[in-house]
Order: sequence, then C-alpha cells, then structure tokens
Amino acid sequence: MAHAVAPPLPSDGKPLVSYTIIRMHLIAAVVCMLISMTAGFLYSLQFLGYYPFPDSELFSPGHIRLFHTNMAAYGWLVNGFTAVAYYVIPRLTGYRVLGEKLAHLIFWVWQLILVLTLVGFCLNKAQAIEWGETPTGFRPGTFEMNYVPIDLLIVVGAVLLIFQFFTPLFKARDQKFYVTLWYFTSGFIWLALTYLMGNIIPEWVLPGAAGAAVTGLFIHDLVGLYVTPMGWGLMYFFVPMILRKPIWSHSLSVIGFWALAFFYPLGGVHHFLISPIPDYVEFGAISTTIAIEVVVTTVVVNFFMTLRGKWSALYTNMGIRWFYAGAVFYFLTCFQCAFQVTWTFQKVIHFTDWVVGHAHMIMFGTFSFWLYGSIDWLWPRIVKREWYSTALKSWHFWLSTIGITVMFLTLTMSGLIVGFMQKGLNPWSDMITSSYPFWIVRTFSGGMFIVGLMCGMYNMWMTARSTKEYDEEAHYIALDAK
Amino acid sequence: MERFYTFFFVAGLGCFGIAFLLSMVFPWMSLNEYHGMDYQTLEQLAATPSAEFVELQQSYPVRFEEVYPGGVTSENYAKALQLGRDLYIGQACFHCHSQFVRVVSNEQQRWGPPSEAYEYMNALNQPHLWGTRRVGPDVARLKGRHTNDWHIAHFINPKNVVPYSVMPAYAYYFDADGTPHEEGFALIAYLQWLGTTYNPTH
Ligand code: HEC
Repeated sequence: MAHAVAPPLPSDGKPLVSYTIIRMHLIAAVVCMLISMTAGFLYSLQFLGYYPFPDSELFSPGHIRLFHTNMAAYGWLVNGFTAVAYYVIPRLTGYRVLGEKLAHLIFWVWQLILVLTLVGFCLNKAQAIEWGETPTGFRPGTFEMNYVPIDLLIVVGAVLLIFQFFTPLFKARDQKFYVTLWYFTSGFIWLALTYLMGNIIPEWVLPGAAGAAVTGLFIHDLVGLYVTPMGWGLMYFFVPMILRKPIWSHSLSVIGFWALAFFYPLGGVHHFLISPIPDYVEFGAISTTIAIEVVVTTVVVNFFMTLRGKWSALYTNMGIRWFYAGAVFYFLTCFQCAFQVTWTFQKVIHFTDWVVGHAHMIMFGTFSFWLYGSIDWLWPRIVKREWYSTALKSWHFWLSTIGITVMFLTLTMSGLIVGFMQKGLNPWSDMITSSYPFWIVRTFSGGMFIVGLMCGMYNMWMTARSTKEYDEEAHYIALDAK
Repeated sequence: MERFYTFFFVAGLGCFGIAFLLSMVFPWMSLNEYHGMDYQTLEQLAATPSAEFVELQQSYPVRFEEVYPGGVTSENYAKALQLGRDLYIGQACFHCHSQFVRVVSNEQQRWGPPSEAYEYMNALNQPHLWGTRRVGPDVARLKGRHTNDWHIAHFINPKNVVPYSVMPAYAYYFDADGTPHEEGFALIAYLQWLGTTYNPTH
C-alpha cells in the first residue's frame, strides 16, 4: 500500500520531497505548541490567584491568553499541517512542490508573522476578532498604520502556500484524486478565503450585529474549513498506510467530504446564539449544525470499520493509537455539538467553562492528537533514526489523554454549575468561588499536557541525535508480523 | 468528479461562497430593513462628553489637562473612547467580559434590557465586542453601575473592592495615589460610555 499510493517518481534523480523543510516546520510546530501550552497554563494560574507577573503590562494575563490561542492555531497547527502537506502532496500526486527556495521563504514568513503577532499582543495591538486577534496594523476605521499589518501578511503567507502546493495539485489535474487531496485542495483555499473574510469584513465593512454574523462564520470556518479538512486529510493518508489496508468505504468518504464542504460553513452563526442576529439566521445555523453530526458519524464509522480486524494496531502502533484516540474525541465533541447548539442548552451553557472544555477537546484532543500521530510516523523517517524511547512515547500519550479527559470533565461540570447559577440569579461571587475547585483541577490537567509534550519533544531530540539508523523494511516486517 | 477542478471550484470556492453570502447578506439585509439603523461615527458618539468624563476632569484637573489639553471637548472625549476601546481589546478584556444581554437565563433582571441590533451600529462596535466567555459580568449596560472612584480602586487591585475577584490588576495605568494615566482615563471613559446607545423609546 505505502508504495502503491504514489505514482512513478520523477526521473531526474532529485528527491520528490525535501525532508529539511519538513523538519523545520515540525520543530517550529512543537516549539509553538510548547509556548501555547505554557501561556495557557500561566493564564489558568490567574484564575487561582497565582499569576506570576501581576505587575507586568507586557505580559498581562490578557496578553498571555492571546498568546495561547494564536500560537495554537497559527503556530502549532499551521506549521504542523504544512509539514504534513510537504510530505503527502508530492507523494500522492507524483510531482514536486513549486520550489525549495519558496519553501524556505514561506517558512520564515510564517515564523516572522508569529513573532510579530506576539510582539503586537504585548503592545496592545490585538484585533477584536476571536481567533483572529492578529493585529490589523491600522488605526481603526482609517488607513493610518500603527503596526505591521499582520492580517495582510497572513493572507500573503496563505497565498504563497497555495502557489507552493497547487503546483503539484494542478499538474496532477488529470489524475483521479485520493481523498486526502480533496481535503487538502479545498483546505488551502478555504484558509486564505476565511482569513480574508473574517479580518476584513467585520473590521472595515459591516459593523455590529451583521459583522458578528461574519466573525461567527470566521471562528467556525477556521476550525471547520481549515483545521478539520487538514486533519481528516492526514487521517485518510496515514491510517490506511499504517494499517496496510484501504479505507472501508469509498462512498462514505465521498459523503463525508461533500457534507463537510456544504453544511459545515452554514453553521457559522451558532457562535452567537440568542443574540441580536435575526432568529431565522440562527435557526438556519442550528439546523445545519445538527445535520452535520449525522455526517460526522459516517466518517467516524468509516474509520472504525477500517480498523476492524486490525484492533491490535492500537497496542502496537503509537501513530494509530493517537489517530483513533483523536477520532474518539472527535466523535464526542461533535456529538456534544448537536446538543449544545440548541437554544435549550445555549441558555445555560453559553458564556461558561463548558465551551472552553468543548474547544479544548476538539483542538487538543482531536487535531493535536492527529498531529502527534503524524509526527510519530514522520519524525523517524525525516531524521532517519529509530525512535529513541517507546516509554517516552507512552508517557506522552497517556499524559495527554488523561489530561484532556480530566480537563474536559472538569470544565464541563463547572460550566453546568455556573450556567445554572447564572440562571438562578446567584450573586457573581458564587460563580467564581464555586468554579475554583474545578479551576484547580484544570490547571493540573493542563500541566499534564505540558509534561507530556516535553516527553515527546525530548524523545524527538534524542531520536535525532541517536545513531540507530531507521530501517523502513524492518518496520514493515514488524508491522505485518503483528 | 474526483479531480482538481471539482475541489478547487465547487468545494473550495463554491461552498465557501454560498455560506459566506448566506451568513453575510441575510443578517445584513434584514437588520437594515427591520431596524432602519443609522451608523454613528465616533464623532457623533462623542458629541456630548459624558458626566463621568467631566467628573474625571474635576477630580484630576492637573493630570487631565496634561493628557487632554483643552479640557472636556468632544475631540478629547473621542480620543479617550477610542483608546479605551483599543485597550479593552488589547488587554483581551473581551475574553472575560461579554457585551450583550440575552433574553434568557434571567439576564434582564441582572443587567437590564436585552440588547438589540441597533445599539451596535456605531464605530465603537466595529468589530463588535460581544465576547464568548463571561468570567466577569456582562458590561453592555455598565454606564453608571459604578462610580469613577470605584473603577479606579477596582483597576488598581480588584481584590480590594471585590474580595473574590479573579480579574487581573491594571495598577500600571494609575499612579500610586490613584491618579489615572492616559490609559486609565481612557478605560474609565470607555466603560462609562457602554450602554449609552440604548434608547428606551426605540
Ligand atoms: C481573567 C478575566 C478578566 C479579565 C481579563 C478582565 N476582567 Fe473585569 N472582571 C472579571 C471578574 C471575574 C469580575 C467580577 C469580580 C470583580 O468585580 O472584580 C470582573 C469585573 C469587572 C468590572 C465590574 C463589573 C460589574 O458589573 O461590577 C469591570 C468594569 C471590569 N471587570 C472591567 C474590565 C476591564 C476594563 C478589563 C480589561 C482591561 C477587564 N475587566 C479584564 C474578570 C476579568
């Protein structure tokens, strides 16, 4: 299977895939993840009253909170998915990406964006768009610059990515695309369009409630039309390859893709329910959101049916374990969506920790798990060394899995309690004091992620330095024997 | 079907476009139609400085004159509102405070009349600051809920005023004796403005 997916290689002797650039992106990704998690951890300390820099304006809790989400989205996920795309797209199309120099340019442009974004946050230059707080660089409502226009830089970065990856995709336009490429082709366009839309329209064109509908769509599309397609794309690539068997049902893949493309973006407004946005728009968003859960189920079923007969891979292969743990969390999150999107739930749980738990389960429990799984596959091949330690891999996995489960439960519980208190007109102090025990648990569960990630990073580092050469054949013989 | 162009045009551009149009055009059309909303610029909003802004000037005349030469004018008020909003965003206050009152969960009892779309048709709500998390209370109707002095004490150390508070301190925007810096003035002016656009007879 692994060899059969790729069409014949180019015959000029140059490698199809540049491993250097993948390595750079992967390192940047995990470093960003470490920054993001540390920021999240520090922010959680604010809620316990132990924030370490209470007197610092530059590193105020608010700024740290922006570090946390933006580094997770634009640092960890974008770098990680780009690394995977460099590995996957040339293999599936048989053509190289546009250019090696361009690859370095893109890499440095993105890292520059990240650094400038963080500096911008410290200088109070954030933009009022959730998940898109990257500075516009302009004084509101004018074209006077007051900082580097990061939003535009990000669009440039996304367009460069399109040039880079659409070269092989376009050259392969006469081939029948494999599922992964469906997701990747659309995902890169969606990233650029989503970013452009979400950062331009509410900021410059539509104020107030009409703009809110678009920012809701932006939050939603960024997750649903970039992160989700990239995540599923890599699942469809790695899982059959590691298991050495095809995906169970092609029709279910088709349904899954088109339903995602069509229904997913229609649900955007559900981030601001029971708001001044007209009710019928909200109802539209609610019903499409519920519709999408049906489709999510088809995709998850497809993957679990693929695993049938190979369950032992969950024990023997760490990549598969990450992928399927992620798929379970994916299913749980989406199942939750179908309920929490209704007004009945919204009344109580909106504005509470419930939503925070939900967001962590999908962004960490699913997409980060899938990237961890991809790293498990990619890293030894990129550095051409065997993994240094299996024990560390296990630590990374279990700390992350137990951590996210605990975090999800604790936040959901505190969300419910606070939600009902809000309805019951309890004084605000009750909501803070009753959340407190849950927040303590939250901080610890976050700490588990960090320790887990550190195990993973140390393992990557030691692997790169080890002398034990990676042996692809032995790997396959071992897999098949099991 | 399973080719490049399908995924580029139909999924990539097509599906995105449909959702974008639906989520943009419909709300925008009906909001305009039913609420007949006029957009207010910053200058219009700041035409009459608030009583709280005047009070700031009376309480801290020396510092106020340094920061806002010319005293309480619409231009100075506009400057304060804009900076206040910028700080509210820059310090990510909007990730701990919401700015809309819903018609459910007894929110009217707690914070006042439910928010309506026309209230957000102005320069200080572009983009809106509705927020998605309430660690602290909703601030859509904050004007007049607390005095300037309360805000100053609260910013310098929230726990001094509200013992259980988990809100960060913003003491660096004030002198030790409570005299606000430019940022302090701006934040208070902005907070005391919130809710002004509500009109009971609308
Ligand atoms: C970590 C979350 C957090 C951040 C960030 C935060 N606050 Fe708060 N805020 C709270 C909490 C919790 C309360 C309720 C307890 C209290 O009054 O201190 C509160 C209360 C308030 C109140 C009193 C509201 C009322 O109805 O009594 C105001 C005003 C306020 N915050 C303004 C701000 C401003 C302005 C900023 C940004 C510069 C900000 N807050 C940042 C959590 C936060």
